[in-house]
Amino acid sequence: MTENPKQSPLAANPYLPEIGTVVETIQETHNIKTFRVVLGSEERMQNFHYEPGQVGQLSVFGIGESTFVINSPPTRKEYLQFSVMRAGEVTTKLHSLSKGDRIGVRAPLGNAFPYESMKGKDIIFIGGGIGMAPLRTLLLFMLDNRKDYGKIRLLYGARSPQDMAFSYELPDWLERKDMETVLTIDREAEGWEHKVGLIPNVLLDMAPKPRKAVAVTCGPPIMIKFTLQALKKLGFKDNQIITTLEKRMKCGVGICGRCNIGTKYVCVDGPVFSYEQLRELPNEL
Amino acid sequence: MAEAKYISNDKLTAWLDELAGKMRVIAPTRQGDAVVFAPYASGQSVELTQEATSPPKSVVFPASEDLLRYDYRKNPENLGQVDVELLPTITPEPTLVFGSRPCGVRGFLIFDRVYDGAIYKDPYYLARREATLFATITCGHAENACFCHSVGSGPGDATGSDLLLTPIGDGFVVESVSDKGSQCLESSLLEAAGGKADEAKAFREKAHQEMGEPQDFGPAQKKLLELFDDMGFWEDVSAKCISCGACTYLCPTCYCFNITDENAGLTGRRVRSWDNCMSFQFTLEASGHNPRPTKAHRLKNRVGHKFSYYPDLHEGIIACCGCGRCIKSCPVSVDIREIVTKAMAHQPPAVEEAAK
Repeated sequence: MTENPKQSPLAANPYLPEIGTVVETIQETHNIKTFRVVLGSEERMQNFHYEPGQVGQLSVFGIGESTFVINSPPTRKEYLQFSVMRAGEVTTKLHSLSKGDRIGVRAPLGNAFPYESMKGKDIIFIGGGIGMAPLRTLLLFMLDNRKDYGKIRLLYGARSPQDMAFSYELPDWLERKDMETVLTIDREAEGWEHKVGLIPNVLLDMAPKPRKAVAVTCGPPIMIKFTLQALKKLGFKDNQIITTLEKRMKCGVGICGRCNIGTKYVCVDGPVFSYEQLRELPNEL
Repeated sequence: MAEAKYISNDKLTAWLDELAGKMRVIAPTRQGDAVVFAPYASGQSVELTQEATSPPKSVVFPASEDLLRYDYRKNPENLGQVDVELLPTITPEPTLVFGSRPCGVRGFLIFDRVYDGAIYKDPYYLARREATLFATITCGHAENACFCHSVGSGPGDATGSDLLLTPIGDGFVVESVSDKGSQCLESSLLEAAGGKADEAKAFREKAHQEMGEPQDFGPAQKKLLELFDDMGFWEDVSAKCISCGACTYLCPTCYCFNITDENAGLTGRRVRSWDNCMSFQFTLEASGHNPRPTKAHRLKNRVGHKFSYYPDLHEGIIACCGCGRCIKSCPVSVDIREIVTKAMAHQPPAVEEAAK
């Protein structure tokens, strides 16, 4: 979407991580843990440039690296936040880290959300499960630059109330007057006061207007599939829908040859794509 | 070419010994039925009459190399605090690859565009590439799997080499292609080439002509994309493939890799190793999802990458050097030429129906 930033400190040796320190961990759900990481020095943190949507490779030396979105916005630079769903070896090891532990960070990598061209538009965020992480970056960035954007709406869904990440932020998002937040879970649960139902159905009920709007969605593939159908039904065009892709990535810099879809490499040409761009790619998601 | 000299076969070993005194020399060596590139030891015989079984790829891009070493250290003042130190390991060694063929060197030209990118550069590869010279031998005749002339190269192609050797009489005409190559010619063992330089030129032209008409793979770039969703086609052409990956490991242009950590107590290494897009694990995600779940999907990517995606990104250049090693060494005789040819000729069923 946006040009790949050229100021990357990784230019000299893109495989060499920086050493960061975990300053805080948050157990979001039974299988999602958030890490707040600071790099080298305060000065380094201030000089660390990235854009909403960019990702980083986190290393546990001895186990390996995996890619995660930086889900704290560049407007809040006291730490870099990564939310990690436990799925394989690296993520399992990451979950064992605690405050004070060292961690390898290669960032920023990849492209960013087209937040400049979204200025003046209404934004509808549609996040499912851990797919809320990349959306959080852009959402907070937009809230920090609130006047630049039109109506901001968030639809966030998870299987159950216990599967909702960022629960500590949800009350604020629900109360804010400058955004509308709708939460949904798949099935009824005791004490749940919000929506019940699958994301695409709740989205159809919310019926955001496509005029001068952009939809940003991220979540499990099956959710994305039906969310796209719902957005189309609501009149959103392919270039008004933005999503992020996941692939098995290694080098993160477009060299190792692992995450290509035809001529595009998700690690450098993505992870952010418009649905219009995705439709032009070979069908290999 | 700047300069032409001649070396007779009886002085070749002495010249190699001289060169080996200045830098590491890697040369084709017979090992059983195979010819492989191996470090040259003084007086050793080198196999220059047939194309090596494996290319010189590993000289610049080792099958396995350390990217960095890490060292966890407990803070003696605070045993709960463990620091980690990283030590990148870039250690190029001046090297001469003696006796590669034009196709073996062409592989690195394909690498260069990826490893020396506009934004990101691979310092490990580039340091070794910079430190490596190639003394390439002109091929006198094409083997049955050779098709270098169909992918933009040829049996006398000096592109990417520092020296070009052409067998003439009882020796070789040695021509410098680069300044670094010229330095290798500063030896009293070499004599002036005289009229033999013209003979060498004629030899190369004849070798090229004898390969016959090149095949035009240009249309494959578009055609392979058109065939992307025709899984019947890909299942058909991959039916006999056993996903062994020999094709990728022996390919001078295959550059994909994996990165893994090898731990030994509180220290360890981060290692880069060749990887193979024909293996199921290559794209398997932690969630269990695999965008290339069958060998048909994987072979499609391998052929597509070489003849469509790479050319699309790199001015039409095909990411195949035509050496034919993937064909010769495939245990079940998968032939990439046949697949691309078949793809270019393939008509969608609906069109065939309309033509009847």
